[in-house]
Amino acid sequence: MAERVLMKGNEAIAEAAIRAGCRHYFGYPITPQTEIAAYMAKKMPKIGGVFLQAESEVASINMVYGAAAAGMRVMTSSSSPGISLKAEGLSYIAGSDVPALVVNVQRGGPGLGGIQPSQSDYFQATKGGGHGDYRMIVLAPASVQEMASLTIKGFNLADKYLMTAMILADGTIGQMMEPISFEDAEIETYEKPWALTGTNCERKHNVVNSLYLKPDELEAKNFERYERYKIVEQNEAMWEEYMMEDAELCVVAFGIASRVAKNAVAAARAEGIKVGLIRPITLWPFPKDALAFAAEKVKGFVSVELSMGQMIEDIRLATQCNKPVGLCNRCGGMIPSPDEVLESIRKAQKGEF
Amino acid sequence: MKTTQILIAGFGGQGILFAGKFLAYKGLVEDLQVSWLPSYGPEMRGGTANCNVILSDTPVGSPIITQPDVLIAMNLPSLQKYVDTVVPGGQIYVDSALIDAKVERTDVEVFYIPATQMAKDNNIASLANMIIVGHLLENNPHLSFAGTDEVVEKLVPAKKAALLELNKKALALGKNYKN
Amino acid sequence: MAVVFEKPKALTDAVFHYCPGCPHGIIHRLVAEVIDELGIEGKAIGVAPVGCAVMAYDYFACDMIEAAHGRAPAVATGIKRCRPENVVFTYQGDGDLASIGMAETVHSAARNENITVIFVNNAIYGMTGGQMAPTSLPGQVTQTSPYGRDVNHCGWPIKVCEMLSTLEGPEYITRVAVNNVKNVKNAKKAIKKAFQNQIEGKGFSLVEVVSACPTNWGMTPQQALEWVESDMLPYYPIGVYKDRTAAKEGTV
Repeated sequence: MAERVLMKGNEAIAEAAIRAGCRHYFGYPITPQTEIAAYMAKKMPKIGGVFLQAESEVASINMVYGAAAAGMRVMTSSSSPGISLKAEGLSYIAGSDVPALVVNVQRGGPGLGGIQPSQSDYFQATKGGGHGDYRMIVLAPASVQEMASLTIKGFNLADKYLMTAMILADGTIGQMMEPISFEDAEIETYEKPWALTGTNCERKHNVVNSLYLKPDELEAKNFERYERYKIVEQNEAMWEEYMMEDAELCVVAFGIASRVAKNAVAAARAEGIKVGLIRPITLWPFPKDALAFAAEKVKGFVSVELSMGQMIEDIRLATQCNKPVGLCNRCGGMIPSPDEVLESIRKAQKGEF
Repeated sequence: MKTTQILIAGFGGQGILFAGKFLAYKGLVEDLQVSWLPSYGPEMRGGTANCNVILSDTPVGSPIITQPDVLIAMNLPSLQKYVDTVVPGGQIYVDSALIDAKVERTDVEVFYIPATQMAKDNNIASLANMIIVGHLLENNPHLSFAGTDEVVEKLVPAKKAALLELNKKALALGKNYKN
Repeated sequence: MAVVFEKPKALTDAVFHYCPGCPHGIIHRLVAEVIDELGIEGKAIGVAPVGCAVMAYDYFACDMIEAAHGRAPAVATGIKRCRPENVVFTYQGDGDLASIGMAETVHSAARNENITVIFVNNAIYGMTGGQMAPTSLPGQVTQTSPYGRDVNHCGWPIKVCEMLSTLEGPEYITRVAVNNVKNVKNAKKAIKKAFQNQIEGKGFSLVEVVSACPTNWGMTPQQALEWVESDMLPYYPIGVYKDRTAAKEGTV
């Protein structure tokens, strides 16, 4: 096994990106993700890569757009308010079908909000954020190790499906240190015949574009894109199950909330409550099948979120509202304690959701 | 070993995060499961700082500590804020050079050590944090002092070699202090 | 039979969508001729704006990308930083470059980003139907300044070359026009220099081309060219505003 090193979550993302072959980073400072940019600023010049601090989040995502169109593995990172500014570029990147990796180390909102951890950009990440019909692959790490492994996975998926992969982390996972080991990154490479490389006067010019003034052409393009999305939904959903074998109740949580929830599930088990946990690792595609399957055997769900309850809607959709879904939430930068989650589990056990 | 949850709190500038980092690295070297979580943001600049360190031989669940087994308090506000969160049977380490107050709880073990004064007296003024860490490692049944040299060497960058010996000295001062 | 005039290779066969009398056709041609003459069609990557030139990607035969409104210099930066061996240019209008994209313009200039910017200033938003632009003249009547641009209400026009030339960063900032044959010839020279600068690694070069918009100015093409001479050029004088290399060599 590779050597274990202690790293901050944000640094793990940066190091993993470099190992995944990313040599171009464009960003703009914002708390709590600055370690990513700092790491890139230090490392990129030494390995022949490019770190560039842009004049704004808007500019940085458009630099990403250009670099992605040029056929490179490229990334940017930001936190909630900055992601809102990048939404324009995310839409253009989707509309042009070029691959990119975008990291959101979430903080509380709306508006300038706060700088403490949050999961309140779930809707923005999974339902759009920018304008138009499009999807992003959304990966939700729950540990420093996953910050690294999902970054590598994200680059691979982005290239494979010509989409943006978003790492939807939060301030806690970004700031905390845990031991991780970098196994040799499995870098998948894909041909990019559409890339802007210069024609070398040997082929017809490539055009990277999201403008289709003829509605039938735009519609066809969107249909085609959604066929691709369908394949992503069929093949790429990821989740973890914990103590679900005999569970009569199911807690659903991702990211840092799942860490707290795990403690609470263990405590509830100690009290004799048969409860388990499903942790979505991909938020889009949402692990619908896992939830639907669980709905057949549990009497209800508890969604633990650092928001006013956003993922809860996807749980209800996935389970077709067949079972009650309770919400255990804190927001604005607050994190529920294991006791708070335990209390919600006890209530659910009594049929109170 | 069981899971040990250590909460370190004080002012920004007291080396709170470094003390936590040291304990985390010690766990790493000992092949334990480890998490280290700092407070972050503007409050770090001159305000209060705290750091959550969990050492365990099983995977760490939540990295957020709500009921510490060990509290290191390096100023009065931190002691007041966290004293009641320590689990019964837990330990509290108090920098008694900076904190006059006594802990009234009788269900916890309290160690008073004038770390900041000791650091001053020994010309290692910035290393009160490591004096307390040394005292903790010596006195906590789940932790051990052995192997600290290796951790110091791992953690202090080569550029700052002068700090190596000073850190070791601070740890030893804490280890040898008798309450 | 000797060929005395032909379409530049760097232009595709697509028919321009521009209005009758619009100088965009001339400016596209100048850029294409320069690409031909420098033999860089195979290396060139163009960035189209949002504005009348939004479909420039259909007209230039080199690799092309369509940027969001105002973001062309950022997109060009991304491409150039990935592919420094390629020749990257943007083609932008006044609303795109001097209003919504001002930050991208100023900062790419400040970084001396090694790209070529062709800035077409016709003092109006053409594609959306003739609204007031950041370069519309005081008193100019547009759809959104129907009583004439009132500088007390909506401020003064922005003189891009004058402003950018105050920066240390950029290599070459110049203003040209395409309202008569002599000016067209000079415009081509400036555009060629702006591309050459990039090839030689000198850095950010911007050519502001004072243009016309007969349709939205409500003029005939002839009247529009006359208005360029009588009203635009006094406000936006032709000239080289910055040429670092020439200044160093003492030729300016």
